[in-house]
Amino acid sequence: MNEIRAQFSLQRDGFRLDASFSAPAVGVTALFGSSGSGKTTLLRCIAGLERAQGSLQVKGELWQDKTTFLPTHKRPLGYVFQEASLFTHLSVRANLEYGLKRTPITERKVPPEQVIEWLGLSRLIERGDPAKLSGGERQRVAIGRALLTSPRILLMDEPLSALDTNSKQEILPYLERLHRELNIPVLYVSHAMDEVARLADHLVLLEKGCVIASGKLHETLARLDLPTAHYDDAGAVIEATVAQHDEKYHLTRLDFPGGSLWVGKMDHAPGSKVRARVLARDVSIATQQPHGSSISNILAARILEIRDEGPDKVSVKMMIGDSQVLLSRITRRSRDLLALSVGMDVFAQVKSVALMA
Amino acid sequence: MPQLAPDDLQAVWLTLKLASVTTILLLAVATPLAWWLAMSRQWYKGIVSALVALPLVIPPTVLGFYLLLLMGPHGVVGDLTTALNLGRLPFTFAGLVIGSVLFSMPFAVQPIQNAFEAIGRRPLEVAATLRAGAWDRFFSVALPLARPGFLTAMILAFAHTVGEFGVVLMLGGNIPGETRVLSVAIYNHVEAMEYASAHLLAGGMVLFSFLVLLSLYLAGGKLVKV
Repeated sequence: MNEIRAQFSLQRDGFRLDASFSAPAVGVTALFGSSGSGKTTLLRCIAGLERAQGSLQVKGELWQDKTTFLPTHKRPLGYVFQEASLFTHLSVRANLEYGLKRTPITERKVPPEQVIEWLGLSRLIERGDPAKLSGGERQRVAIGRALLTSPRILLMDEPLSALDTNSKQEILPYLERLHRELNIPVLYVSHAMDEVARLADHLVLLEKGCVIASGKLHETLARLDLPTAHYDDAGAVIEATVAQHDEKYHLTRLDFPGGSLWVGKMDHAPGSKVRARVLARDVSIATQQPHGSSISNILAARILEIRDEGPDKVSVKMMIGDSQVLLSRITRRSRDLLALSVGMDVFAQVKSVALMA
Repeated sequence: MPQLAPDDLQAVWLTLKLASVTTILLLAVATPLAWWLAMSRQWYKGIVSALVALPLVIPPTVLGFYLLLLMGPHGVVGDLTTALNLGRLPFTFAGLVIGSVLFSMPFAVQPIQNAFEAIGRRPLEVAATLRAGAWDRFFSVALPLARPGFLTAMILAFAHTVGEFGVVLMLGGNIPGETRVLSVAIYNHVEAMEYASAHLLAGGMVLFSFLVLLSLYLAGGKLVKV
């Protein structure tokens, strides 16, 4: 019951959406694909902004099927558009209260003070006119406005794509905080792999209007048979715990089931959960324990799968311990020189780790 | 200081009354029409747009002529109003109002339609995701955002009705207190060689029109963002 089940088909101007997926109604589910893959259209169908044929159930509630079509304003959802779309004729406060006022008192579950505090909105409210806010600030208000309706699901359509890098960095921590502290499932449309790797728990992959894969984020990103494996920034996601700080060398050790990684010193207290991403191109493979290497992160691994990646490269999927997967991209020549094969025990040398916390 | 004759004063009041009633009726008719034109994707939208814009290009006398035929003893509308015991509309104030509404229609519809189109669908979609139903969206988002268009429409429709002559002459004639509006009164004065009285009314009209347009352009910059 605690699921989102969607199935939509829509034909429009040479584009055909024929997508169905189900995802857990907890955490963040990313709808990921290149532009034109239909991810925004799919999100709009879920919101009832597009009238597509199909069916939709959210947490056991029927929103749409052959005979039912709940109009958008009757669907208890929050929607954050690409550009903030604040009402220009209303003040920041009136924007925030627009949806709240229209939410029945019995359904108001998200306390306004909490949202205002979480998103740091009180100073923005004081400024009055939305035109006086920066792009990132406007998007924060838009997120708050959507949350104040106490949505049963939050739909976000590339909420960061219209922002410059600074504003993106400003907003991401807020999104992560919502993710951690608010028990509202999120459907997050994006074409930016770094955002998805940072925020999502579940991944729905779209291509040409169809869902080509759906599953847990780290499992799906580790699949070599999907287009994501061909990306330049293909890689594995590691959920780790901050284990210890080394003051002398200014480093932090992250532990995960099956191993640990040294990274540049972090501010997080020992015990905090962090997410790290190791790109395939940053992982090399040795058949023997390397000595005299400047690379400090060397992990014992077993090869699970090898796949050609273009004329000169191969992708290698490895298992660290019992559950953590790592990807590596090496040349075909190296594969042959090292005689790598499935089942072989090797050492993965990790040149760099991207931290996402 | 020349004084307005009682007849002329009556014409001024009648004109203002006609322009006010026309503007109010036009807002009621033009708003839904402009909304439909702005939002619709129907194929016959072009036909409706062309019909609305027609009074911009056809001579007022032509419009007045056909309205006279329609509302007259052998016209469809004439038969209807007679059957409803309303009498006949030509040469009445009500007839003038109908003529004026049709004649000034494009001046009311187009600014409102432009304003609705400029808003686009996005703010309405945002409102829908924030639990606002269709009427709620219209009144809480579309109307306030289109306010500049409404002001322009009201001013233009009012001013255009004040300056109307051809339709009035064809449809309403020259009945004091009923259909003799300013432009007809000026015509009468000129016919009677009463140039001083004609000047007073004509000059007043020029001044009035100038002030209306001036206020429109001065406010233009501010109206976009209130």
